[in-house]
Amino acid sequence: MNENLDSLYRDIIMEHYKYPRGKKKLDDFDVTSEGKNPVCGDEIEMKVKLKDGKIEDISIDCLGCAISVASGSMLADAIRGKSVDEVKRIASTIKAILKGEKPDEDLELGDLEALEGVKKFPVRIKCALLSWTTLIEGLKNWEGGKKSEVISTE
Amino acid sequence: MEKIKLKAPGMSKLSQLNPEVIKKDFPILSRRVGDYPLVYLDNAATTQKPNSVISALNDYYTTMNGNVHRGLHTLAEESTAAFEKTRKKIADFIGKVKTEEIIYTRNATEAINLVAYSWGRKNIKKGDRIVLTEMEHHANLVPWIALAKETGAELKYIPIDGSYRLDLSELEKIINDNTRLVSIMHMSNVLGTVNPVEEIGRAAHKKGALFLVDGAQSVPHMPVDVRAIDADFYAFSAHKMLGPTGIGVLYGRESILNEMEPFIYGGEMISEVRYDFADWNGLPWKFEGGTPNIAGAVGFSPALDYLQNLGMDIIREHEVELTEYTIERLSELNNVKIIGPSDTSLRGGAISFIDKDIHPHDLATFLDSRGIALRAGHHCAQPLMKRLGLTATARASIYIYNTPDDIDKLVETLSEARRYFCNE
Repeated sequence: MNENLDSLYRDIIMEHYKYPRGKKKLDDFDVTSEGKNPVCGDEIEMKVKLKDGKIEDISIDCLGCAISVASGSMLADAIRGKSVDEVKRIASTIKAILKGEKPDEDLELGDLEALEGVKKFPVRIKCALLSWTTLIEGLKNWEGGKKSEVISTE
Repeated sequence: MEKIKLKAPGMSKLSQLNPEVIKKDFPILSRRVGDYPLVYLDNAATTQKPNSVISALNDYYTTMNGNVHRGLHTLAEESTAAFEKTRKKIADFIGKVKTEEIIYTRNATEAINLVAYSWGRKNIKKGDRIVLTEMEHHANLVPWIALAKETGAELKYIPIDGSYRLDLSELEKIINDNTRLVSIMHMSNVLGTVNPVEEIGRAAHKKGALFLVDGAQSVPHMPVDVRAIDADFYAFSAHKMLGPTGIGVLYGRESILNEMEPFIYGGEMISEVRYDFADWNGLPWKFEGGTPNIAGAVGFSPALDYLQNLGMDIIREHEVELTEYTIERLSELNNVKIIGPSDTSLRGGAISFIDKDIHPHDLATFLDSRGIALRAGHHCAQPLMKRLGLTATARASIYIYNTPDDIDKLVETLSEARRYFCNE
């Protein structure tokens, strides 16, 4: 009876939702980025510390549903130590998975694969994407020399 | 503050309305969502349609379709007669006003925009004040924010108090000599609060301001007499009261409408056009440029009949009882908080709530997996949400076909959601 629902709220997603990684104070950072889903009211605030073109540390404060919080938490786990280009590749493949398209098979996605269940719930896709969009826009701004930005996904 | 009398006198324990019988007139209510029968609790967003409305739309296109007010053939004449007949029904429905005072729009939003563009752009100047309330829907907020930005007018808000009602203690200060318009919702789509419109209307008129009421959530659910309220404008939508989408109503006081310029220019709204000149048609057509939603108006007619046959006072009585039951049942859940007044004599059946541990969107997804449709989000009232310190609520909103059994299913499923999300 919960088959469909369980594919959305997988144990691993609920685990990240209850104990979100990256929820901490980060005083030393290079990028800040805020994202909003105006329709849901979900809000996310992100700070990223970079070193030698790689993500050294990240903090994420997300006010939202299980999917948006879990997605942000998995993002924090997944991008530490990765280069900006690698992060962009992961973000594109997450988008592809949520759209039902073929993912980049060279990437090790780990926990992130659990997000696949969201694609059956079209209205929730933007919840899963919020943290990724926010991160990518923040990194783009950083590359362009700007430090912070408020992103709206609508 | 005057007490709003909404409970019918001598109300019996069981209302005279039988939702189980009514349900049978609504084919969609027998559908299933996944493995579960549909429980529809999103009536503040839109209501379902009875067979009579569905077949009226079908009959219109099958037998009658013609353009209104211009053709000289039988189809055009029949279409015009049906289109105007609904106008008369609407005029009678909201307090026997004149048909000249009933303007067809697409929805309540367009009705309010008509006033903001036509009356507002001509009469609101820099330094004038427009009074709204903190609980407004974006439909009665954004048109005035835009107008204020354009003209330099000032917006002032009647605050809400701790019990989710309007705080009228400063009303005479808020509605001051500079106030040109007071525009408020009759019933809140988020809180369910029914506002004391008569009292606020009197305060507006005392200062010479016009009084607009957004009735999108009230006309479908209780007897409304726009003349008793003494509203200058009153806006509502057909689709929230059994009618089709895409047809709404602006009631306007005749003397004010006569002074207003048209909103949409084109065919239908003119009396004479030369290459360098145009003169306007009379009321109400002056405001109805272009081919209107004829089928929508024709389909609205049996919706009005359906409500009238039940009786708006009986409908109100049913909803008061079911709201009382809903609040009682939701209050059994320790983790659930109702966001709205608890006194059912002061509110309607749009019942917002939050679970302290489960986000409203997760709740809505879970409820949907059990066939229960309700709304979660900010309900097009972002400033109110912020004012309440919330980002979203879940909202169950009832109508004539909802039963205590629907509410029981909601409450049971909310407990089930606790077990699912919180391992309880």
